[in-house]
Amino acid sequence: MTRKNVWVASLATPVVIAMLLLLVGSVSVRANDQPPAANAAVKIDNFVFGPQTITVPVGVTVTWTNSDDIPHTAVSTDGVFKSKVMDTDEKFSYTFTKAGTYSYYCSIHPKMTGQVVVR
Amino acid sequence: MPDNKQDLIDQQLQDLNNDGVDRRGFLKCMAWAGTGLVWTMSGGIPVSRAFAKGYGKDAGKGADFSFVQISDSHIGFNKPANPDVTATLQTAINKINAMPHTPDFIIHTGDLSQLSKPSEFDTLDQALKGASAKQIYFVPGEHDMLSDNGEQYLERYGKGTKGTGYYSFDHKGVHFVGLVNVANLKAGGMGSLGHEQLEWLEDDLKGRSASTPIVLFAHIPLWTIYPDWGWGTDDSEQALSYVKRFGSVTVLNGHIHQIMQKVEAKVSFHTAMSTAFPQPAPGTAPSAGPMKVPADQLQRVLGITDVNYVVSGRSLAIVDSPLGDSGSSASGNVGALGVVDSPLG
Repeated sequence: MTRKNVWVASLATPVVIAMLLLLVGSVSVRANDQPPAANAAVKIDNFVFGPQTITVPVGVTVTWTNSDDIPHTAVSTDGVFKSKVMDTDEKFSYTFTKAGTYSYYCSIHPKMTGQVVVR
Repeated sequence: MPDNKQDLIDQQLQDLNNDGVDRRGFLKCMAWAGTGLVWTMSGGIPVSRAFAKGYGKDAGKGADFSFVQISDSHIGFNKPANPDVTATLQTAINKINAMPHTPDFIIHTGDLSQLSKPSEFDTLDQALKGASAKQIYFVPGEHDMLSDNGEQYLERYGKGTKGTGYYSFDHKGVHFVGLVNVANLKAGGMGSLGHEQLEWLEDDLKGRSASTPIVLFAHIPLWTIYPDWGWGTDDSEQALSYVKRFGSVTVLNGHIHQIMQKVEAKVSFHTAMSTAFPQPAPGTAPSAGPMKVPADQLQRVLGITDVNYVVSGRSLAIVDSPLGDSGSSASGNVGALGVVDSPLG
């Protein structure tokens, strides 16, 4: 390794760090500029949760809406949340305050399954 | 036979949109889609009767007794597939009351209500009070155990039953078992009987003579019809292993709102039509949701099931009657069972 190369490397490192800091800063600024991520929606249609897997930040409220002619539920397999029975056009909301992967299903039609990934 | 019937139904559903079949042919074919089932057990020979033609005068003749199966009334449902399910239930009851021989009892294979609401159960009770047969046996559908773990259902219809509402009784030499496969369903699964109920069933059948005719009834089919839509029961194999030694086993289910039949060894499976709305044939629609048919054709895809039994032969004959076409007839033999389906109207 030549002297010149060492110089480039030592100069480059702080530059990269600065760029990373800028990037992180801009992300946090952007987050601060907007209201806290509020809502995410899952639509129940034709006996399917859509999207089947939804990924949301901590603190987000997920709202399920039943668009079928048949009642459905959204019930966490670990007992974290349990909707009432949602008839046509009825909704259920739950706010996720902890990171994790939450599997759920329709307790009336258990073939219907979904996941909420909270980061 | 069942395949032919399904073909006819499929064909007719397609023909709803073109004029490939004349009205006469249409009615003839649609007769298969009815929900009246007459079971006749007679002399060991499977007997099929047309609900309207044969059943008119001879029905029940020589039979030791008959009973009627109705299913999936969904009282409270009010969507386009049938805005008045109470009226079609009443049509079904009228059909029962018009039978020349009063059935000994009625079996309702579940989904009495749409949302397990007290008012829905009240409406059902009120309508059934007008039936000629006063004794009615129930098993719950998933719609009857929606939000309260079935408390409301059990209080009204489950007196003297075990666990989630299962029970058995004997009638004129036939052993009937009502099973519950809609409680405590597991994510990703189909219908489920559960360990406790299976143990009870094994015990219930133990010690009975192999010549005793057995009738099992439950809401969700006890055979796998279409797993993608949950049309089956995860642990039904276990239950069926307990009835293998019996000479005549009949399994009556609802849930799928259409007639399906299968015979496996000495076990005959049959599903009934709904009195409320039809559902699509497996895999023919994006989901199992209510199927909308033209209003004037609705009663042909709804119906009741009449079952006749003759003790000497220990065989059953089944007639499915659609609600909507009084002149229709349909028949099919299912092993020891003769099956005829007739629509309500």
